[in-house]
Amino acid sequence: MSSRERILGRVRRALADVTPDERPYEEAVPREYLREHGDRTAGQTVELLAENLADYRAIVHRCTAEEVPDLVMRLLARRGSQEVLVPPGLPPQWLAAADPVRIHDRAAHTAARLDRVDSVVTGCAVAIAETGTIVLDGSPEQGRRRISLIPDHHICVVRVPDQVVSSVPQALERLDPARPSTWISGPSATSDIELDRVEGVHGPRTLEVILLG
Amino acid sequence: MRVALFLTCVNDTLYPDTGRAVVKLLTRLGVEVDFPAAQSCCGQAHYNTGYRHEAEPLARHFADVFGEYEAIVTPSGSCGAMVRELYPRMGERARAEGRGDGLARTLAPVVPKTYELTEFLVDVLGVTDVGARYPHKVTYHPTCHGLRGLGLGDRPRRLLRAVKDLELVELPGAEECCGFGGTFALKNADVSTAMGVDKVRNAESTGAQVLCAADNSCLMHLGGTMSRLRSGMRPVHIAEILASTEEEPAV
Amino acid sequence: MSGTFVGMPGFPPAAHPAFPAAAHDAVHNPTLRANLRHATHTIRAKRARAVGELSDWAALREAGRRIKDHTLRHLDRYLVQLEESVTAAGGTVHWAADADEANRIVAGLVRATGESEVVKVKSMATQEIGLNEALAQEGIRAYETDLAELIVQLGEDRPSHILVPAIHRNRGEIRDIFRTEMGKWGRPAPEGLTDTPAELAEAARLHLREKFLRARVGVSGANFMVAETGTLVVVESEGNGRMCLTLPETLISVVGIEKVVPTWRDLEVFLQTLPRSSTAERMNPYTSMWTGTTDGDGPRTFHLVLLDNGRTDTLADEVGRQALRCIRCSACLNVCPVYERAGGHAYGSVYPGPIGAILSPQLRGTGSEIDASLPYASSLCGACYEVCPVAIDIPEVLVHLRERVVEGGPAVRQGNKVVLRPAKGHAAERAAMRAARWAFTHPGALGAGQRLASRTRRLHPRTLPGPGRAWSGTRDLPAVPPEPFRDWWRRTHGGKDGAA
Repeated sequence: MSSRERILGRVRRALADVTPDERPYEEAVPREYLREHGDRTAGQTVELLAENLADYRAIVHRCTAEEVPDLVMRLLARRGSQEVLVPPGLPPQWLAAADPVRIHDRAAHTAARLDRVDSVVTGCAVAIAETGTIVLDGSPEQGRRRISLIPDHHICVVRVPDQVVSSVPQALERLDPARPSTWISGPSATSDIELDRVEGVHGPRTLEVILLG
Repeated sequence: MRVALFLTCVNDTLYPDTGRAVVKLLTRLGVEVDFPAAQSCCGQAHYNTGYRHEAEPLARHFADVFGEYEAIVTPSGSCGAMVRELYPRMGERARAEGRGDGLARTLAPVVPKTYELTEFLVDVLGVTDVGARYPHKVTYHPTCHGLRGLGLGDRPRRLLRAVKDLELVELPGAEECCGFGGTFALKNADVSTAMGVDKVRNAESTGAQVLCAADNSCLMHLGGTMSRLRSGMRPVHIAEILASTEEEPAV
Repeated sequence: MSGTFVGMPGFPPAAHPAFPAAAHDAVHNPTLRANLRHATHTIRAKRARAVGELSDWAALREAGRRIKDHTLRHLDRYLVQLEESVTAAGGTVHWAADADEANRIVAGLVRATGESEVVKVKSMATQEIGLNEALAQEGIRAYETDLAELIVQLGEDRPSHILVPAIHRNRGEIRDIFRTEMGKWGRPAPEGLTDTPAELAEAARLHLREKFLRARVGVSGANFMVAETGTLVVVESEGNGRMCLTLPETLISVVGIEKVVPTWRDLEVFLQTLPRSSTAERMNPYTSMWTGTTDGDGPRTFHLVLLDNGRTDTLADEVGRQALRCIRCSACLNVCPVYERAGGHAYGSVYPGPIGAILSPQLRGTGSEIDASLPYASSLCGACYEVCPVAIDIPEVLVHLRERVVEGGPAVRQGNKVVLRPAKGHAAERAAMRAARWAFTHPGALGAGQRLASRTRRLHPRTLPGPGRAWSGTRDLPAVPPEPFRDWWRRTHGGKDGAA
């Protein structure tokens, strides 16, 4: 007997005392929790996003479409970045005014090569106001998972209010489970020393979020 | 209203003053109290130590003794929780063991009629000012089974706040267990003692003279710890505070 | 009967002392007590605030409980569905009935890549099976990359907390471990390293960077697996998880079979309750979700090892099976007054605290001294149940397992029905319980006993010999009153005669 059969057999025997629940799943598990917490306008939801991002030490900027190139240029310059990593589908105008050398991500780049890049600019798939979270799903504006991980400085552009939802349930509705996703809430952090939060471990230690709207 | 006092085996044997206080208090509030002499023990120590089957005859006995009363009042959060929370579970377990509904049916009548004392005062009698006077500085420890099992909430504190000349001070870490835990106090004496010492230290930090609770078993543990630590504090059951009046002060 | 192996090589359950003896030293170790007190009290207040922010917490908790219960009730169906989904998405699914089998599978997969080192995401399942030690025997070095796991690994220590395995260490101790040990494993700690948490985190970043960048094989667990989509979810903080999940060419995830949930939508419950319960954050810094393999992004090969190792035995127990709802948040440890004073090591398992006290004796059985004592490692205060985000009634299961210890009875071990004998060492207690039951059902005898106690009260010592010392070693006994209440009641007709 294979272990697969052995385990499934044990499961079935273990459940011999249980009457199966054949109702459709959504009936069997009632969900009385809220789809979102509180009642806000789209503008207020963006405000909450900004607040919660900042609460977990992300640096929040706001600007219009025309102002993006200038803002990105200034953020990269302030950081002193020599090289900036660019996902394949990033709108070129976002980097139109930027000085650093653009490193267009490609499969041939080793992790060690990416480690020498100072900054990365990406878009996002959705942002969650209640938790201060941005979600990347590997779309062309965001690129491979590793490019938003290895550089120490991540600039993420969120189109507001279109890409902003209030809650975790609303974010999951927008995401495609087939795509790999990365949920980011502030710079990397740890609670491993005395259960107190400290920012800055392996992921980008600086996360800047541009709310573009 | 015909009310039975379920005093509990610990109080009957070791803390008769608490029993007398409950009788005095309820009588003062116009309640006719009976003490069914056949009562003994709810079976909690057996049940919680793993001897559920030994606890079953005790639960049946409890149901026999108290089944006829309109209300059963007990000055113990943990014995109250035993009847209310765990008697139904004992019935379910017997059923799951293929022993039918007998135990569940026997125990069912006493479950909703059993009240912890402060619950009975506030919810059934609808009083918070019981006309007591107790001129001391008191801190209150909410015992676990009353707090989390029965959900007594702020009832004990509301009663204490209404007592004349009583100064109620908040106990730091109030909701943390005192470390008694029935046979836990013996089986894990080191941890139990450490918890008790921390509780006593917290109580001392309030400057209160009296540590009040609604469970004498926890107070036995804390009182024993206090006297070993030569703390100046005294453990006092809430019934004794509420029974105390201008004319007949608690000693 | 050979027990299921739950972790900590070198500390097999058979050799571990019972909980009270194991807790003794911890209780009397002031540094450890201070470390644990500081850490658990810090997180308790924060958790309460994070949970308090959600007005629908009770409904989320109830939904979480129901999702998990429903899944367990149809676990066979969801495991098969998960296997299909993962396979369709390009992954390979393996089934491991016990720790040995899981270790053999992982070692074989690593060997097939030709590599001799792996980077690891913090994972309870791989600790449970002792994977690192099993790989070491095959000549494969496993690097722990979670900060706390790194502290434990470098210090040749044992984990003492589910979320923060090095919770028993304070910042000064961590600095000392980094200074002396990091160099033996790779890049040494920076010169002049201080004990500020930020500097310690930076030291870990530098030390592990080279390992991440060259790693070809990653090993992880998972917090959730979605049956309908084949998606796996890892919830973390530091970014070490992202490194291990995305940089290597091969990813091997070892996951307990109870981690499956039916639908993608179910994540909306747990991604709200888990971070708030564990690190007291609205959301943890990083959550990674992946479904099989993705062309051009992340590992090219993905293996999922589904682990039983005592879980189906636990599932067979109708009271105890609720322990399988656990999402490993650690809220029960952080709130537990016993854990706070005994520390995690006393529990003799990678699963310490209240959840460990119900999980270890079910996964491993109650045959060893430590496992038979764990159900008693609680005052039944109920704080664990109150904070549990999937409403595991831990006190209920503890009492149920106590019953198994003292009464024995039917159980399932390694898939076989067995009848357990009562554990040894409870004979005197059992006799006392029986005698008490007899007295309590014979009120005449009870009254006589009480009267005897009262009459002889002046002769009672304030301390007790023998087993009674467990009480009177640290606590005075109460004085026995001159008469029990029942005698007063009879003598005064319920106080009506006016006698005090």
